[in-house]
Amino acid sequence: MEKLAFTFPAGRPAAGRAVTGVVSSGDLEVLLEPGRDGSTTVAVQTSVDGYGGNWTALLERVLGPGELPAAHIEINDNGATPGVVRMRIEQAFEEAAS
Amino acid sequence: MNRIDQLLARDSFIERGARRRAQALLDPGSLRELAGPFARLHSPWLAMQGLVTQSDDGVVVAKGRLDGAPTVVLAIEGGFQGGSMGEIGAAKIAGSLELAAGDNRRGIPTQAVILFETGGVRLQEANLGLAGIAEIQAAIVDLRRYRPVIGVSAGTVGCYGGMSIAAGLCSYLVLTREARLGLNGPQVIEQEAGAAEFDARNRALIWGLTGGEQRVAAGLADACVQDDSAEVRATVARLFAQGLPARHRSERAAETLAALARADASQQPAPADARGIYQGDA
Repeated sequence: MEKLAFTFPAGRPAAGRAVTGVVSSGDLEVLLEPGRDGSTTVAVQTSVDGYGGNWTALLERVLGPGELPAAHIEINDNGATPGVVRMRIEQAFEEAAS
Repeated sequence: MNRIDQLLARDSFIERGARRRAQALLDPGSLRELAGPFARLHSPWLAMQGLVTQSDDGVVVAKGRLDGAPTVVLAIEGGFQGGSMGEIGAAKIAGSLELAAGDNRRGIPTQAVILFETGGVRLQEANLGLAGIAEIQAAIVDLRRYRPVIGVSAGTVGCYGGMSIAAGLCSYLVLTREARLGLNGPQVIEQEAGAAEFDARNRALIWGLTGGEQRVAAGLADACVQDDSAEVRATVARLFAQGLPARHRSERAAETLAALARADASQQPAPADARGIYQGDA
């Protein structure tokens, strides 16, 4: 198991909180809560070691532009593919907004 | 509608995760989750063993109403660690059942549904998981003095180990054809007694002897339902409306043991024979 932490620029704090996905094989759990104005933090625990580069690239692509609301994001990953990770994060933002 | 249209129109219960299963059972808008993911009750033991934890430890506690009656749904997430019962998840279930029994003693007739999707104890948490399962069993027996405790196992994990005993203690048990119910899982039986005793690769044998349809026919469960959220909900509501059974299944254990003692164990029984054993005519 590996733990990773990231910080990205962001917009206004997210409107609410949301949880998406479960820690089952090939899936992940995303917990999203409103963050401090202008900054999003991501804490990842993943069952697969040595993929820090992939996580950095993926999160940079989703959160790097800083257009999404500010959030504290916690990810508990059980070997999800990058596509699934992105989908779960976007699902969490969508549910937190509604 | 033809069969394909019916299949596509059906709201599958099995495909729902634990949280959405609880939503399917409770009246719309009544659900309030207790000790939820943001309480971050992670298993302290999995992390020490290098395993990724889930923020609700794989158990959803959902308080709400079912047809207006105060109800708590305890939904086990089969996708996380096989729905195994660790210290935290088991304590969430046992604690909720104890609170529901306390409600009843104060005049609030809270009832409980447990969604079993579990292989039993979480081996990584060993005795703490076993102690938790014992607490769940004690709490079921306490609560069922006041209001029915209904167990549902939809699949695909099924219900095994100590939690199958908990399922046996429930007032009523609802299964789908996809569900399986047994004390030991097929691979455990094969490992301990050999493939001649039980071939864990023979799916027809597994479902024939331990599947939902068979368990209901043998009298070890009360209803076999389609994988349909509306039908599961309607069946649970109907059983609650029946009230407590005259005698719980576990109170009929002596009859079941006597029937098993009369059964001929020298031959591997076919599913139809096994049904007969429990009816006491084999």
